[in-house]
Amino acid sequence: MLRYIIKRLLYMIPTLLGISMIAFVIIQLPPGDYLTSLISRMTQNGENVDPAQIAQMRAIYGFDDPIWVQYFKWITGILLRGDFGYSFEWNRPVSELIWQRMGATLSVSLAALLFVWAVSLPIGIYSAMRRHSVGDHIATFFGFIGLAIPNFILALTLMYVSYKYLGQNVGGLQSQEFIDAPASWAKFVDLLAHLWIPVVVIGTAGTASLIRILRANLTDELSKPYVITAKAKGLPEYKVVLKYPVRIALNPFVSAIGWVLPNLISGVTITAIVLNLPTAGPLLLRALISQDMYLAGSFILLMGSLTLVGMLISDILLALLDPRIRFN
Amino acid sequence: MQAVTDHLTHATDDAAEIVMSVEHLSLDFHLRTNVLHAVRDVSFVLRRGQTLCLVGESGSGKSVTARALLRILDKNGTITNGKILLRGKEDEIDIAPLTERSKELLHIRGGRVGLIFQEPMSSLSPVHTIGSQIIEAVLLHRAMSKKEAREEAIELLRQVEIPNPDKMIDRYTFEFSGGMRQRAMIAMALAADPEILIADEPTTALDVTTQAEILDLIRRLQVSRGMAMLLITHDMGVVAEVADAVAVMHFGRIVEQGGVEDIFHNAKHPYTKRLLASTVKLEQSHLERDEAAAPEKAEPVLQVRNLTKVYGSATGWLGKSTFALKAVDDVSFDLMPGENLGIVGESGSGKTTLGRLILRTVEPTSGAVAYHDADGQEKQVTELDQAGMREFHRDVRLIFQDPFASLNPRMTVRQIVADPMIVSGTHRGKALEQRVAELLELVGLDPLTMERYPHAFSGGQRQRIGIARALALDPRVIIADEATAALDVSIRAQILDLLLDIQKRLQLSFIFISHDISVVRYFCDRVAVMHRGKIVELGDAEQICTAPVEAYTKSLISAVPNPDPRHKRMMHRTRFTAQG
Repeated sequence: MLRYIIKRLLYMIPTLLGISMIAFVIIQLPPGDYLTSLISRMTQNGENVDPAQIAQMRAIYGFDDPIWVQYFKWITGILLRGDFGYSFEWNRPVSELIWQRMGATLSVSLAALLFVWAVSLPIGIYSAMRRHSVGDHIATFFGFIGLAIPNFILALTLMYVSYKYLGQNVGGLQSQEFIDAPASWAKFVDLLAHLWIPVVVIGTAGTASLIRILRANLTDELSKPYVITAKAKGLPEYKVVLKYPVRIALNPFVSAIGWVLPNLISGVTITAIVLNLPTAGPLLLRALISQDMYLAGSFILLMGSLTLVGMLISDILLALLDPRIRFN
Repeated sequence: MQAVTDHLTHATDDAAEIVMSVEHLSLDFHLRTNVLHAVRDVSFVLRRGQTLCLVGESGSGKSVTARALLRILDKNGTITNGKILLRGKEDEIDIAPLTERSKELLHIRGGRVGLIFQEPMSSLSPVHTIGSQIIEAVLLHRAMSKKEAREEAIELLRQVEIPNPDKMIDRYTFEFSGGMRQRAMIAMALAADPEILIADEPTTALDVTTQAEILDLIRRLQVSRGMAMLLITHDMGVVAEVADAVAVMHFGRIVEQGGVEDIFHNAKHPYTKRLLASTVKLEQSHLERDEAAAPEKAEPVLQVRNLTKVYGSATGWLGKSTFALKAVDDVSFDLMPGENLGIVGESGSGKTTLGRLILRTVEPTSGAVAYHDADGQEKQVTELDQAGMREFHRDVRLIFQDPFASLNPRMTVRQIVADPMIVSGTHRGKALEQRVAELLELVGLDPLTMERYPHAFSGGQRQRIGIARALALDPRVIIADEATAALDVSIRAQILDLLLDIQKRLQLSFIFISHDISVVRYFCDRVAVMHRGKIVELGDAEQICTAPVEAYTKSLISAVPNPDPRHKRMMHRTRFTAQG
């Protein structure tokens, strides 16, 4: 088991390297760089641009170096000094900006993941066991609605409902008075009051698809001979189902972490803009628009790493859950 | 009806006490368009210490009956009539009206009636240890602590003769062989010391030798515990070996029941007679062939020389050779024109691999296969290029085991049979259609059915379609890999006769791969016995089946159940102790 984990960790190194290269190439792809977009913005505003100053900045930032030299400087900075570069737009080190935002992103994503599991597991089991019953049809109906509604519509609707009928202050993750307040119980409650909207919005689509997956898997498993064996032992039906087929049908559930996590993180962007959440999405968008390359690159790199970590966690959990995987 | 009650009253003069009596049981299944009366008015009794065999072909309702005794039915099935009276140690109780969730039913399941069934590979959960599944059964029905239950589970594993039970208890099912899993299943069914054991085709998926061991084991456990047993099987040989009483089921009804002697030697119902006839028929060779022994001068069609296949012998990174398995080890034989060569052996003996090596769908590690084509030219199969292989595959064809999986469900019968001819471009248009009709007629199917899809055909009919497809390109050699294993006995005999008939007309040679000795004996002229990749004995079919020379062949032959209760062969069989 330990060997397996170590092996997986070692495999992650080349993958991460590849991700960093792709991330860097992506942010270099659009024509021009931060300075050209800065110049165009300044001329639009009628400001004077001094060509000498521009050339000087170009030299300082190293924009004239070939791309691989720039990449090398960037990646060695990250690896040796933990220095993700400097955000031109915010005039602050990238790492400062990122850590601020990553915390909020992660907590929203994790909460959404837990929501997805908590809702889809019981409903999926119910749907599979009482297939074609009224309850199953209702769950299926809402499942498809959840899949079909774009996140931002759902976000707007929920905001409207909670503002109009629940009288809540919506948008963001904290009320104004708590933002700089020290951690307290009241702050936590306030966080929860804000968190449920993004969690529901982001989690709905994932919940719907996981219900469908669990229903299909469990339906297959329910007719397997080992289920009859368990019944013939004298186990009551709910125990039979929970202990045997559900256990096996859980496999795709666990591997879902691998694809739900990146989905959640990237899916957050539009929702986060609509809901004004202090997560990574909006910041990444701005960085891409203004070609703030180190900020954007670092974000892409971090999200890639998170996806890898999600995959790793799901694989380890799978191995724990299913001895057939563990032994091969 | 009258006859059944007669038998019931007649049977009561047996001394043994009745533990379960099933009276006029009927089961219905509500299908989408109609109601299927799966079981109709079935009555029988189970006696302490005795075995009742429920015999019938697939679809006769025997498995459904067995599961109904525990009320394990699919959602669309209902008991419409009848009683299932359980007596024995406790008060008499009728199982039929119990509800799915009642405590009484859960107590009976596993507690008083144990169930084992066919698929040893899938009837245990793959993600729980053997031990945890047995301990669960123990804890459900007996007041024990977890530690005591574990001791008990180890003891049970010891009783079913699993070596090192204290270690094996923590293993997973995929670390067990088929026979071992069936033993573990038995241990689980016996966990609460039930009064009745229902065994639904417990040995069908196992090799003959393993089957003999398992039946042996069940028999001994039954005697020592005084259990009543309901054994469901389609194999009359097994019935003759273990039954005290027999009930024959056909289309959901019991058409005849009685003592094992009566059924085998004094059968009254025409269906029983037919069933016995097709079983006994397979016990001998198709005699007339012996006269027409292959002419001496003929050249063999296939010459297999020192064929070897080694799996997993790749050398590791550090240069040391990893685990290597010789699936086929230095096999040589000749196949004459018009000859049927049988290859028998247990699962894992390499017989299927051998078939694939000859076809070169699996590349041999070493050795040679020489093929003499219709013009008498010799070709080294192992050296053929792609075009040569295509030609070779036109002459040497394969019939598969599973008539359900080997036909594409989205192609019509015409497309399936025509496929090889389209691929090789031999026929087209009108001629193609004619040829397909001809082939279907040859295998005894109505050419008018060629526009239908495979699902409209029964297992036997599908196998005929598969044979028609194999014959499409006028092959000279057919390799049949367990071609009749998935079929019922009566249909099995039909298919074998069909193959023999076709052979007479078309000058074919067969390589017939099977684990079923009786089929090989009926069909083949010569038999090669394989064990661990080697041919241990090769000789005339009659000689191998009646007077084997090698120790392994002896043990294999003596493990085959004999469909005659007066000559039980299996119980005093020779055992082959592997030499390493």
